[in-house]
Amino acid sequence: MEKVTFEIFRYDPDKDKKPYYQKFSVEVREPGMLLLTGLNQIKWEQDTTLSFRRSCREGVCGSDGLNINGVNMLSCITRINDLGGKHFVIQPLPGMPVIKDLVVDVEDLYTKFITVKPYLIRKSSVPDIEFYQSPEDRKKLDGLYECILCGCCSSSCPSYWFDKKYLGPSALIRAWRYLSDSRDEGADERLPVLNDKHGVWRCHTIYNCVKACPKELNPTQAITGIRKMLMDKQF
Amino acid sequence: MSVKIEKHTYDVVIVGAGGAGLNAAQVASQYVKTAVIAKVYPNRSHTISAQGGVAASLGNEEPDNWHWHMFDTVKGGDYLGDQDACEFLCRSAPEMVRELEHMGMPFNRTKEGKIAQRPFGGHTSNYGQKPVRRACYVADRTGHAMLQTLFEKSVSQGTQFYSEFYALELVTTKGAVNGVLCFDMKDGSLHMFHAKAVIMATGGSGRVFMTNANAHINTGDGIAMTLRAGFTWSDPEFFQFHPTGIYGHGNLITEAVRGEGGYLLNGNGERFMERYAPTIKDLAPRDIVSRCMTREIIEGRGAGPNKDHIKLKIDHIGAAAIMEKLPGIHELALTFTNVDCIKEPIPVIPTSHYQNGGIATNYLGNVITGGKGSYETVPGFYAAGECSASVHGANRLGTNSLLDLIVYGRTTGELAAKYAKENNIVDMDENAGKTGLELLNRLANANGKHTFSEIYNKMAVTMHQNVGVLRNGNNMEKAIKDLKEARDMMKDYRVTDRSSVYNLDLIEALEIENMLLVSRIIADAALSRKESRGSHYRDDYPDRDDANGQNHTQAFLEPDGSTRLDYRSVRTTPLTVPTFPPKARVY
Repeated sequence: MEKVTFEIFRYDPDKDKKPYYQKFSVEVREPGMLLLTGLNQIKWEQDTTLSFRRSCREGVCGSDGLNINGVNMLSCITRINDLGGKHFVIQPLPGMPVIKDLVVDVEDLYTKFITVKPYLIRKSSVPDIEFYQSPEDRKKLDGLYECILCGCCSSSCPSYWFDKKYLGPSALIRAWRYLSDSRDEGADERLPVLNDKHGVWRCHTIYNCVKACPKELNPTQAITGIRKMLMDKQF
Repeated sequence: MSVKIEKHTYDVVIVGAGGAGLNAAQVASQYVKTAVIAKVYPNRSHTISAQGGVAASLGNEEPDNWHWHMFDTVKGGDYLGDQDACEFLCRSAPEMVRELEHMGMPFNRTKEGKIAQRPFGGHTSNYGQKPVRRACYVADRTGHAMLQTLFEKSVSQGTQFYSEFYALELVTTKGAVNGVLCFDMKDGSLHMFHAKAVIMATGGSGRVFMTNANAHINTGDGIAMTLRAGFTWSDPEFFQFHPTGIYGHGNLITEAVRGEGGYLLNGNGERFMERYAPTIKDLAPRDIVSRCMTREIIEGRGAGPNKDHIKLKIDHIGAAAIMEKLPGIHELALTFTNVDCIKEPIPVIPTSHYQNGGIATNYLGNVITGGKGSYETVPGFYAAGECSASVHGANRLGTNSLLDLIVYGRTTGELAAKYAKENNIVDMDENAGKTGLELLNRLANANGKHTFSEIYNKMAVTMHQNVGVLRNGNNMEKAIKDLKEARDMMKDYRVTDRSSVYNLDLIEALEIENMLLVSRIIADAALSRKESRGSHYRDDYPDRDDANGQNHTQAFLEPDGSTRLDYRSVRTTPLTVPTFPPKARVY
């Protein structure tokens, strides 16, 4: 049976002075075996002390963003054989404090998400039935609402690493999802938060977020959309 | 593990942050101080995986009304659902779905801009005549869009979240529920939440079966905690197996594939559902389709070299329709089976999916003491969503789960807030938290031999083989014996990790402890029900027995650790309309 090596970042603040890497041999027991299956294999058969997050195991809950050989991805929808090679260095998402092993502190991600007022803001009245929204207007939300808040994008962004106040691509694509919604009337409340050197202007169009997004969304385009909206409002 | 316990006081505490918990939270937070405790961040809850839609008789695409929806729900549940609850659910649906839309949920639209609707299994017009477009949807990511919307709404209402807090004990004092003991998974600290009212919204326990469509987190923690606190699990034996799990994995392929025109083929290339359900064919309810698929496989008409699965064909609706309405399915089938469903059919098998039963509740979501004929409500205690029971009976219809979340989330949120405003907090007695602490200490220091995977595999395999889609007395007795052995192994358990920080070894120990209780009760209840009804099908008792069987099983955990079953009659009188009496369930 084909075997591969997972070289995993380990750190338990209760007992380790500093992090270290531990190698595990993983059997690829079926074609198309997923990285998460490999991690579970280690946890269930070799070392029960390994900690990582996982839940839905199908790429929608966003729990298991990890850095594999330097690239952020979700372990549950990444097939080992698709990555090429037999040696995988598995690390927690970069740019976020490590709690234990592969588990990072995501509070900053959520705090910034909340900062952009990620909900429909409505000032005029609400109809008795649903809001009418044309299929064309609804289509503007495609490529935005599918975000699963896994943090793979922000964690891959040098501006997010460097500027602790930067909202980051994850929060900004959420802001654009609501700014793009024909039912929303919250632009005046949301834009001042975004029009800041720690807001959309901190993005240097490095495109790491686009490459990292496991749902193939485009946060950079969302940031550009917000910038254009800001310019249109000013001039 | 520290013995210091930090205390928090809230009006309403909600355990679980899926659709039900978050809808309860966004409502209760408008009136009173509300906290949500959950073992994952809210947007990681399993509602995120719901795909196909949420049922409401909006009539946007063709004529529909809530009474037809109610009929389908009662019949779909094989006449085991409480009909007052079925009426409440279906009558409330249009208003609740519109409320979600007003919050910003990005529903697909009709040409006129209304919420688009698609057909779904068991949903019909005119009391069973033909399939009806009743499922409101967001592509095949309806649960994802709903959970996000409700999370964001509760954020805007100022709900306090305690994420990655694992609940250990539901605290009761003098018959009232008044708190929850938890520990913070991130640092191991203990927290006692003292509350005027508690809402359980902890979801299901589908992980107890080996092939399942559930997330790692669906381990029945809420059910187990409620049983340990002395309350009732209603109808545990009715576990839904979804027909279309991905072959070899169990992950869900939504029924919306069939709603959009897909159909099932056996190994001979035959569209076999036409034989079993001539009127609505592949859109028969899930229990029926799962059984028919299993029959086809057992009788040698399965697909593939081992004739062990069924094919789900959708390519004929065309690439554009697939990419617009079922993009997530296209992606899942590619990732898990290497099948491009635009070109070829997806290999599928029935997969454990949904706990039809749950904590015994009345039609408003008040938890009731249960037992023989009792509808007495428990002060300050509510349950909503998959962990609760009253509407779905012996088999839930597709898209009624997301409806259950929003209807019972809202209702329990309102009731709990009202209760909290009108009542004083009940002081905790000196034993509060003792059971939870004992459980935690026992497992955190477990120094025996067996680990999670050995016990989990033993339990989940026997549940799958012997308490699955087709059951009989001999197999279930075998399962009960295997489960006893698994529980004996649990007495000699080992947790190697001694860390106070994100100790997943300890979390899995707590989860397997809960799953062993849950699986034991499912198997006991299944063996005791000597008839076939909805998702509970026995070869040795193939017929429904309305004289003896139209009863809710009531399961209890006794203080000495034994379990006990009792029965409570189904409420057959709706709120305002005549009863739907039991009829043969043909489609």
